[in-house]
Amino acid sequence: MLEVRSVTRMFGQKAAVDNASFTVDGPAFVGIIGRSGAGKSTFLRMMNRLIEATSGEILVDGVNVLAYKGAAARAWQSQCAMIFQQFNLVPRMDVASNVLHGILNRRGTLQTMFNLWPKDDILKAIDILERLGIAEQAPKRAEALSGGQQQRVAIARAVMQDPKIILADEPIASLDPMNAQIVMETLKKINVEDGRMVIANLHTLDTARRYCDRVIGMRDGKIVFDGTPEQLSTGVARDIYGADESFNEAATSTSIPTDKSADRTFAAQMLA
Amino acid sequence: MADTTFGPGADQRLTLADTRESYLAMTRRKRMYGGILLVLFIALMASGWSVSEERNAGGFVNGVPQLFDFPAEVFSEAWRDRANLPGIFWEHVPALIETVNIAAVATLLGALMAMSLSLLATRGLARWPRLVGLFRRTMDGLRAVPEIVIALVLIYVLGGGPVPAVIAIALHTGGALGKLFSEVAENADLKPVEGLASVGANWSQRMWLGVIPQVAPNWLSYALLRFEINVRASAILGFVGEGGIGHDLKLAMQWGQGRYDNVVAIFALLFITIVIIDQVSDHYRNKLVKGT
Repeated sequence: MLEVRSVTRMFGQKAAVDNASFTVDGPAFVGIIGRSGAGKSTFLRMMNRLIEATSGEILVDGVNVLAYKGAAARAWQSQCAMIFQQFNLVPRMDVASNVLHGILNRRGTLQTMFNLWPKDDILKAIDILERLGIAEQAPKRAEALSGGQQQRVAIARAVMQDPKIILADEPIASLDPMNAQIVMETLKKINVEDGRMVIANLHTLDTARRYCDRVIGMRDGKIVFDGTPEQLSTGVARDIYGADESFNEAATSTSIPTDKSADRTFAAQMLA
Repeated sequence: MADTTFGPGADQRLTLADTRESYLAMTRRKRMYGGILLVLFIALMASGWSVSEERNAGGFVNGVPQLFDFPAEVFSEAWRDRANLPGIFWEHVPALIETVNIAAVATLLGALMAMSLSLLATRGLARWPRLVGLFRRTMDGLRAVPEIVIALVLIYVLGGGPVPAVIAIALHTGGALGKLFSEVAENADLKPVEGLASVGANWSQRMWLGVIPQVAPNWLSYALLRFEINVRASAILGFVGEGGIGHDLKLAMQWGQGRYDNVVAIFALLFITIVIIDQVSDHYRNKLVKGT
């Protein structure tokens, strides 16, 4: 379904993404991990055609989406939804309108200027919001919502696009652990129930292990790991992040801990 | 409504139905208001057109062909005497420098006044929040009086010359730029201001370090736009006895003296001046934004 063939993006002399190739069959949940500047965002942005690739091909159902130009490229963008770290909603418009922006590719400029949407689409937008549990927020301005709710509005906009693929660029990096869990579970639900492929850039290993069917590790623009979450051992993680023995993933984990042993150890230390 | 009491499932469905209905109602209401506004707008435009058409001495449509008679005469005469143009240019340069000087000094004074007025009149930044209204009304007052009126009064008091023009333009600039500056400052990010407040900085320090660096590029471009406008205002004030290029223009514009070559030369000089200001402002604004 998705085949990435030696995609490269140069910024000046430096390769942000260096000859990346992989294949995904069927609607998997793919996580891309790596430290900041490893080229994860650049790759997703190339796939959504927000930036151009320097060379290479991305084949979706056998067609190279990097070759589309103009209106065809915009039509591809409408089938390949993007979710951003900072939500990227229109802050002063109401939530339902923000969700309706998902179908902008089929709407004309005049209809958009006068904010005219077909009744069926409005009801569909509200149904999607209902599915994500925030229907009662529909008439509020997007900026009035909390971060976790805004990210769910962004996911609703993505679902409204009815896309084949959803790209998520660090979707939970600016959320607290509780909201992060809700957002990840929502993405997983859309992945499983609707059968849409999700490719998410993640920066915590436990999230990648918990939600992904497959994990790709990037370092300095190159793909250095490609496998199942089970294969993602601490040693492999150290390679991906270029870290030494002192690397401890529990220190940066943002999930809510299931046991309190760490706390107990800490308390014992303090009491000693 | 009785259904709502039967368990959470029934409650859920009703909530969704409510949400759908109320959102659709909101959409309908907004569309209706939009439609009414559009109809009102078209009606006002149409009626305004017919009123002005009636009151006009000649009628707009009949007048259109005559619109170009005067420029055509000016340009044909200037073309006939084109050999004189370079000489005329040099003749008017000293007057142009006077006009630009008046505008520059007035813009500088007005912008300084606008800087303090605007920060005092911005909600969320003001030194004395209760006096925001007072400073706003002051700026309104400065803008409301036409500069030509202030200039005429000052000429009466101080006599002709550049000083009344500078004061008149500076006062108007203070009011006009103060409003624009204050609107820019209103959108400034307050986080740096909070950071500076947390270390115990006083109001002027917070404004100088927390707000001015953020708003400087926009303030500069507004101030330079105002400078262009002031060059033109200073030329107009020449008509009422402030000297400068406006005085020359007034003498040259009088009908039927055969001096239209002077008019063209003066307009060309003004145009070139504005272009130069625009280029210079663009250059320095880019420098300021990119921080090099």
